[in-house]
Amino acid sequence: MELNGGQALIKSLEMEGVEVMFGLPGGAILPVYDPIIDSPIRHILVRHEQGAGHMAEGYAQATGRPGVAMVTSGPAATNIVTPLCDAYMDSVPIVVITGQVGTAAIGTDAFQECDTTGITMPVTKHNWLVTEAQDIPRVVREAFHVATTGRPGPVLIDVPKDITDPKNPRSAMEWYWPESVDLPGYKPTVRGHPRMIREAARLICQAERPIIYAGGGILKANATASLVELAELTGIHVVTTLMGRGGFPDGNPLCLGMPGMHGNYTAVTSMQRSDLLVTLGARFDDRVTGKVSAFAPDAKVIHVDIDPAELGKVRRPDVPIVGDVRLVIEELVKAVRELGGRGAQADRAAWDAQLADWQRRHPLVDEQPDDGSVLKPQFVIETLRDATPDDTIVVSGVGQHQMWASQYWRFDNPRTWINSGGLGTMGFGVPAAVGAKVGRPDRMVWAIDGDGCFQMTAQELVTAASERIPIKVAILNNAYLGMVRQWQELFYEERYSEVYLSPDLPNYAMWAEAMGCEGFRVDTADDVLPTIEKANSIDDRPVVIDFRVDYKEKVYPMVPAGGSNDDIILDPSMGQGGH
Amino acid sequence: MADAKPVHHTLSVLVENKAGVLTRVAGLFARRGFNIYSLAVAPTDDERFSRITIVVDVESAPLEQVQKQLFKLINVVKITELAPDEAVERELMLVTVSAEPGTRGQVIELVQVFEGSIVDVGHDAVTVMLAGASDKLDDFEELMRAYGIVELQRTGRVALPKLERQAPRLRSVSGKVG
Repeated sequence: MELNGGQALIKSLEMEGVEVMFGLPGGAILPVYDPIIDSPIRHILVRHEQGAGHMAEGYAQATGRPGVAMVTSGPAATNIVTPLCDAYMDSVPIVVITGQVGTAAIGTDAFQECDTTGITMPVTKHNWLVTEAQDIPRVVREAFHVATTGRPGPVLIDVPKDITDPKNPRSAMEWYWPESVDLPGYKPTVRGHPRMIREAARLICQAERPIIYAGGGILKANATASLVELAELTGIHVVTTLMGRGGFPDGNPLCLGMPGMHGNYTAVTSMQRSDLLVTLGARFDDRVTGKVSAFAPDAKVIHVDIDPAELGKVRRPDVPIVGDVRLVIEELVKAVRELGGRGAQADRAAWDAQLADWQRRHPLVDEQPDDGSVLKPQFVIETLRDATPDDTIVVSGVGQHQMWASQYWRFDNPRTWINSGGLGTMGFGVPAAVGAKVGRPDRMVWAIDGDGCFQMTAQELVTAASERIPIKVAILNNAYLGMVRQWQELFYEERYSEVYLSPDLPNYAMWAEAMGCEGFRVDTADDVLPTIEKANSIDDRPVVIDFRVDYKEKVYPMVPAGGSNDDIILDPSMGQGGH
Repeated sequence: MADAKPVHHTLSVLVENKAGVLTRVAGLFARRGFNIYSLAVAPTDDERFSRITIVVDVESAPLEQVQKQLFKLINVVKITELAPDEAVERELMLVTVSAEPGTRGQVIELVQVFEGSIVDVGHDAVTVMLAGASDKLDDFEELMRAYGIVELQRTGRVALPKLERQAPRLRSVSGKVG
């Protein structure tokens, strides 16, 4: 069967099982957009290419399937660099297709030409510049394979116009679909080393103060059930990182919640005092470790990751295990059972009592004043949490609202928390929520956003309204770039430089209405629940609620950047933590 | 430089012979803050693959991390670390040296001592080719400096693992004797 390159590209996506793609057409990608009309793939037309990338990320994180975005060359390609980098940092499998000027024009500074593969090389797991139409199915097959196996990540395929344009003889190709991929340099290790697993099991049984440090890899590997089994078998408590929230249910008594710069006291301190960190799909990010030399000084480390380069990158493990974290946990469970299971565990009564005592003495604190003087952001999140189904997907931007959402939500299901962890991309929330809702139309999807973030990508609500994607957005509007304000207050002697945004400009409710959404504004605690309930009842268009929250509220606890986790600052109402 | 040997390690990296591979390798070193001391690239006997010989400055990053990050590149097929005493390492140098009639004889003599060859002769200079271990090239370079180096180009090191010393049969014979 003879096809042109554009047809072959769309057919290849169909062969990969793609149901939805996010994109925006333009000159160099035009020939690939034509066959979309005849394809069963749903195309969602975004308003900015960055939106397409974040939607693909949201889709991938909500479903576990790769997200696909397609844009044209030049400025469209550069606009999607941010989502690629975001996906690279957070190991999100997305496949981005970019148009490119014709092969003969490459290197001539042609209109809308840019060196897309050169620009995106550092922020993709791999990228391809396809120069022959005949290569298209092979490259698509390889791209999906690379994106979704091993440590997942973004890939990019750059497609010159002459090999897709039916008017050009170079676009002719004979259709085929490769049965397998031939990548001699790419063979991820998925099975952990049996001797290392036995050694890890031995350390687990002996440890008196162990902590399971569970990261985003748990979600990538669909390892939640295995992790619960391991934790319950051994009785070891679990901390879940910002990327790992929901990977172990918050409702499980063994869950200690989030560690790190804005982690709760018990999660942070339990790692500091532990004698064994069972690290599962986590990477010792600086926001978790604080000052590395002072991090968990007495702990031995078991480190399980599918990316060998993570082992020893920050902290040298005593037991390194390369492998798929789900398969390794399953083997670990067996190995622990062979050693005697629960009965073979060291006596941890004192440690468990210590953890319980920390939890009792240092809970998260927030108080919504009765006089109605101010509305606390934490109160909004708690009310929203209690008024929505347990499997609601929460998507956030980056900043104070993100930390509060992670701290105060109760994540009992995997893939219900989607945020930008590694890159910290403001503006991630709205488009990622759109992508999540497209992937999981059966779920309620709430974006918890900041006013600063919302203004960066709000135009994608037009996409959501026109495509009937009914996401809901809670803007915690404190009229500031709140996290920056917090740092200026605490570390720059309250010298506020360029952080004020105004609560009324723009008028968020009117802006939402203008974009085809339902818009509300909430000023008082009494209005919070009724307005959320109203929003929950709307299912035919997106909803935006502008919550006017206390601009003075800060995120606590906090470990100052570069400081030791021992120097955690608690909410001022708690006095100092100490140990 | 010669006495600071342990900071340099040689990696022999087999890569797929595809467009942009060198950029991927060089870019990785740049963005991870690893320093390259020297680098040589050429196709292998199998046209699908090329071999990149990289001498890494391991003071900039642990060698293990360099290798692991390199191996993450999809086009990197195999990495062999060649420790100096387990590898045959060679480098080629072309050097143009001033050789006035009064000193030309001395230059030629030194070229002969170092088993180099003169590949081009001008009216007051000669171009010498010398292949050998890097420290031998260092020594020659040092000696030529006195005569005046006009231009110099070194290739960077290439290397292969050293071969087994004992033939398998001999080993089994000695086993029987024992």
